[in-house]
Amino acid sequence: MNIDGVKTGIVLDHIKAGKSMTIYKLLRLDKIDNTVAIIQNATSSKYGRKDIIKIDQLIDLDFNVLGYVDSNITVNIVEDGKLVRKKHLELPETLDNVIICKNPRCITSVEQEITHSFRLTDRENKIYRCVYCDAEHKVK
Amino acid sequence: MSEIRNLINITDFTVEEIDELIDVANDIVENHSEYEDICNHKKLGTLFFEPSTRTRLSFEAAMLELGGSVLGFSEAGSSSAAKGESVSDTIQTVGCYVDIIAMRHPKEGAPIVGAKRTTVPIINAGDGGHFHPTQTLTDLLTISRKKGRLNNMTIGLCGDLKFGRTVHSLIEAMLRYEGIKFVLISPEELQVPDYVKASMDKAGAEWVEVESLEDAMPELDILYMTRIQRERFFNEEDYVRLKDSYILDLDKLSNAKEDLTIMHPLPRVNEISTEVDDDPRACYFFQALCGKHIRMALILKLLGIKREA
Repeated sequence: MNIDGVKTGIVLDHIKAGKSMTIYKLLRLDKIDNTVAIIQNATSSKYGRKDIIKIDQLIDLDFNVLGYVDSNITVNIVEDGKLVRKKHLELPETLDNVIICKNPRCITSVEQEITHSFRLTDRENKIYRCVYCDAEHKVK
Repeated sequence: MSEIRNLINITDFTVEEIDELIDVANDIVENHSEYEDICNHKKLGTLFFEPSTRTRLSFEAAMLELGGSVLGFSEAGSSSAAKGESVSDTIQTVGCYVDIIAMRHPKEGAPIVGAKRTTVPIINAGDGGHFHPTQTLTDLLTISRKKGRLNNMTIGLCGDLKFGRTVHSLIEAMLRYEGIKFVLISPEELQVPDYVKASMDKAGAEWVEVESLEDAMPELDILYMTRIQRERFFNEEDYVRLKDSYILDLDKLSNAKEDLTIMHPLPRVNEISTEVDDDPRACYFFQALCGKHIRMALILKLLGIKREA
């Protein structure tokens, strides 16, 4: 299988195997004009198997979303065939409209057009809490 | 222009700010006439999307005693919420008419939504089972007046410690003071949640869980009673077995300290026998009075009004 290298664009590496389509949808990569390549189940010396997404265009990425979905992802920025920046992700301090509060007693369950906001309260155990009702959300 | 302050959770205020509120509440009693017109032309909006007796009336009495006026509603059915208006829109609208808002809402976090949409201070008068910070301020003022301190004491909390928001808030507030020991008296089914235990451990507080109120009684300086609700039990047998163990009567008080302070956030159903009401250690109606004084102090603080020296 032959996938061309990215000349100017972004390579999302070390995506947990099977999660590439989730990220594709979250980042709305179907809306961009240039080539997007998704590689699934590639061999990884670090994780055994991994997915990779190559985007043939520089776009603004929501690192909060990416960090939440998979904090092991490496973001490689490529310009004129050269790697100019490598970013390792981590769980973001806050999440806005990424996850929905499931507490039926929370104001977010009834108030229209409200931002669902969570804050990271325990990085080690990957626990977020709703800023409105303090309901716990554990990252799987 | 100074930053708008709200009270959503008790931890929004520092220990020093709570001390300051207690001082003002005591000064209000000592120099009542100095405060009679201090909020002249100021308006308090009481937005109660669910019913309340003590909290709403004490807020209204507090503002009226400060010389201000009050407008609002006492149930969602008599507001535009019944037509489907959002909390955001209601608060933004009312914020145009009043200088400060006290709101109670059945949904958790509703005051946070409100505070984002207005420039007048918001006081959380209870948001579902989440927070009830003015009850906690009331409890702190009551303890301070009865004991002359907020540190170095053993506090027994009795009844439904799992779902009781007043219990969780009081523990959270008292953890900031030195030398507090908590005796948590409840059936196994209604023990305090793990996250509250984790908070106590993190703060280095001493705490113990027991089932017998009589056994715990002799060491208590404060006894904070709450109601046990039948609907919280999985089976009727357990409820029947336990319900009477936590009804406080004079017999159970026989081995209590002479200077015990008995508190209850009210309303009570039958968990404190009426024969206890005349015991000098019963402080729950005094607690209700403290609720008015601390709310007066709170309104002044959030409006940035001080008595002239």
